[in-house]
Amino acid sequence: MGEKKKKTIKTIKIDLDKCNGCRACEVICSAFHANPKYSSNNPARSRIRMIREPIRDIYVPVYAGEQAKAECMGRDRYAIGGKEYDECVFCRASCPSRDLFREPDSGLPLKCDMCEGEIEPLCVKWCITGALTCEEREEDAAEEVNMADVGAGLESLIAKYGLEKIADAVARISRKG
Amino acid sequence: MRYGETGFNLEIDLTRGTIERVETDPGLTELYLGGLGTNAKIMWDRVPPEADPFSPENILIFSTGLLCCSPAPGANRTIVTTYSPQTKLLAYSMMGGVFAPELKFAGYDKIIFRGKSPGLVYIWIHNDKVEIRAAEHLRGKGAVETQELIRKELKVPDAQVAAIGLAGENRVFMASIEQGRSSASRLGVGAVMGDKGIKAIAVRGTKDVNIARPAEFMKLCDEVMGYIKSREDKPVPGVMPILAGLGSPQEMKHVDEKWHTENFMWGNARVRRKNFWTPEIEENWKATQLSARKRLISCYNCPMKCGATISLPGMSTYMMKCFSKLTYSMAAYVDSLDFGFRIAQRATEYGVDGFSMPQTMAFAVELKEAGILTDADFAGCPSDNEGRFYWLLDRIVRREGIGDILADGTYWAAQKIGKGAEAFAHNNIKKHEQLPLKLSMLNPVYYLMYCTGEKMNITQIEGQFPQSPFPTMAEREDFIRDWIQVPDEKFKRYLLDWELRGERSNPYYPTPEMATDIVDWQEMMHFIDDSLGMCAGLSSFPLKPPYHIHNYPRFISAATGIDMDEEKLKTIYRRTRNLVRAVNVRRGLRRADEKPPEDHWKKRFPELEENLLDTYYKFKGWNSEGIPTRKTLRELDLDYVAEDFLKRGILTDAEAAPAIADTAKTEK
Repeated sequence: MGEKKKKTIKTIKIDLDKCNGCRACEVICSAFHANPKYSSNNPARSRIRMIREPIRDIYVPVYAGEQAKAECMGRDRYAIGGKEYDECVFCRASCPSRDLFREPDSGLPLKCDMCEGEIEPLCVKWCITGALTCEEREEDAAEEVNMADVGAGLESLIAKYGLEKIADAVARISRKG
Repeated sequence: MRYGETGFNLEIDLTRGTIERVETDPGLTELYLGGLGTNAKIMWDRVPPEADPFSPENILIFSTGLLCCSPAPGANRTIVTTYSPQTKLLAYSMMGGVFAPELKFAGYDKIIFRGKSPGLVYIWIHNDKVEIRAAEHLRGKGAVETQELIRKELKVPDAQVAAIGLAGENRVFMASIEQGRSSASRLGVGAVMGDKGIKAIAVRGTKDVNIARPAEFMKLCDEVMGYIKSREDKPVPGVMPILAGLGSPQEMKHVDEKWHTENFMWGNARVRRKNFWTPEIEENWKATQLSARKRLISCYNCPMKCGATISLPGMSTYMMKCFSKLTYSMAAYVDSLDFGFRIAQRATEYGVDGFSMPQTMAFAVELKEAGILTDADFAGCPSDNEGRFYWLLDRIVRREGIGDILADGTYWAAQKIGKGAEAFAHNNIKKHEQLPLKLSMLNPVYYLMYCTGEKMNITQIEGQFPQSPFPTMAEREDFIRDWIQVPDEKFKRYLLDWELRGERSNPYYPTPEMATDIVDWQEMMHFIDDSLGMCAGLSSFPLKPPYHIHNYPRFISAATGIDMDEEKLKTIYRRTRNLVRAVNVRRGLRRADEKPPEDHWKKRFPELEENLLDTYYKFKGWNSEGIPTRKTLRELDLDYVAEDFLKRGILTDAEAAPAIADTAKTEK
């Protein structure tokens, strides 16, 4: 093992009070991710979306995270500073429950990649009101794998499905490479 | 593939209930760009000049601009075009917000309505799916309320909705179309929408809009973003705060209203309210504004924050921008901003223009005080200033009693009331209520803009050039140092030589030739903006804006692939300017209509004024009646206009204008 590995964490800070709802973040995101780059514009393809309800003063930019294959069983509703935010507002998932973060034609999920190759995410660059700012920090990378945890997980799977099925599954996954 | 635009219009015949998606001619984009340019062409081609604004033949266009949906900041305007019930001329009122982008993402450059619906309807456009839906259940609902109700009914929270309120349904001449934080308020476009039986249009679009040369285009956008940021830290010195920065007047941000409250002749007044802005008023108004204002808000893809969400206890939330904050309180002589916000909320739900409505109500109050309107006309009206304004607002939007007459605006109301009421309608140009200003010395540039502007509203014509000279040479030199927007170096000289007093001061300096140059530049930028769908707040309205005649051709080329340079763009501007003029000439517009309100300036110069108009007409290639000559029209590929003018006898072969057409005269 020896020296500790470092990893860079990019964090976008979202200040809801500073957002003016202009959706420039959506504009530049969808342009950057067009193919060829910047050749088209379509906020429906953006990996950042504004949840925007002006009359209720709800302005929440949300970034696309992991895909959720199924809807949550339960939902949350947040009350913050006298305002009630609907269920799913803060969730980053591309999820069957809503049309956010899915390609409008194919339905394939979208995920924020922090604009790889750019100095900073372009949504941050285009947000000159300061609602979106980017911070970088270094962290020690947790690289070690705890084999006891792996063993415990496998044991519970074997208990449920039987050793043979699990061995088959492992073999099948390995073949796919 | 089309770039910048979708290449399709949505044609809706309300009489028959038919909907068509029609491909447009790319050649027209090269000639007229889009937005106002192509709207004017459609109006010329398709609406007979004798059509009444409230007839099925009149059409109502909701258009995006050519740069709309590109990443160019601020390209979000919806250009609404029709014949105005008030001026009887071309109306091209506009709104910002999110409507035009949503429409273009749905796959359409314009919606063109013709005919009249038998019942009240709303239109639902969701990409390729377009429906005309019954809206009887929305009759009488507020314009803001309707937007929310439709979103709920459709279960599409991201749908953008443009709606009219009671005023539009009742064809009130100052009815607006409301949409989010924005509204198309001027010239009665909401009344035409109501006449056609359209309560609202809801749109949701998720298609792509393409850019021809992406890398080049993004470089230009980055430059503009950088410039906007740099202007934020560098306000123009020596001018009042609302002229120092970018955007439309930052009325939602600023709380100091000393200048505006004390220098405008609010409502229908002829005098200023000097010393209005006392420390008590200042404290009170500031507290009201800061507590009512929930957030400063923007239009689509624009960093400026010209609007605000306004929320007061006991009433529903709405959005506001520009001067509606002041117009009602000041016109009613109610020295409370709380009243202003509250009545504006009701007015926004009714869907009315925040300039014309308070002016018309103040006009009615004056007529009552002068004994021209009677107690019988005001039967049931409360006697206090606040109550009286609410009462008048309710009567006008419902067209009840005296409200029915006032609903046509001050010009037509005065004609109907008679008994000397005409003298009280003192603030109109071409029958439309103007910004309430009364000044002393004639300003030649403003004289020309007031006279000849076809958007009928000075804020939609002015910009670029300072409104008054800087007192010292040092200030002037400082101003011109980074004045990259000038189309020609001569404008710097005009500004350097312009003095507050003496030979080189108003009204004889700028000279008629210089004044014409300056006006032409200002007009040019507005016409280009209105065709590109760019907000004037980032281009034609403020001093030293990010967009100008030098970078616009590159934006257009990179977005659309059309080969564009400054000369070509200037020709397109002249073509559109002349076509708009031609549409109005065919509707009867002549020199006699081109005059400012009688008392706008105290000091008038009849001979100079004639000279100014002559010089301007000559520069434009128009005859002495303000009609484009055959030569001018042919140079601009407007032969079809010249032929029509000759056929109708508007122009003769000798190019002299005949006597003013009879049809034009009957309406005046």
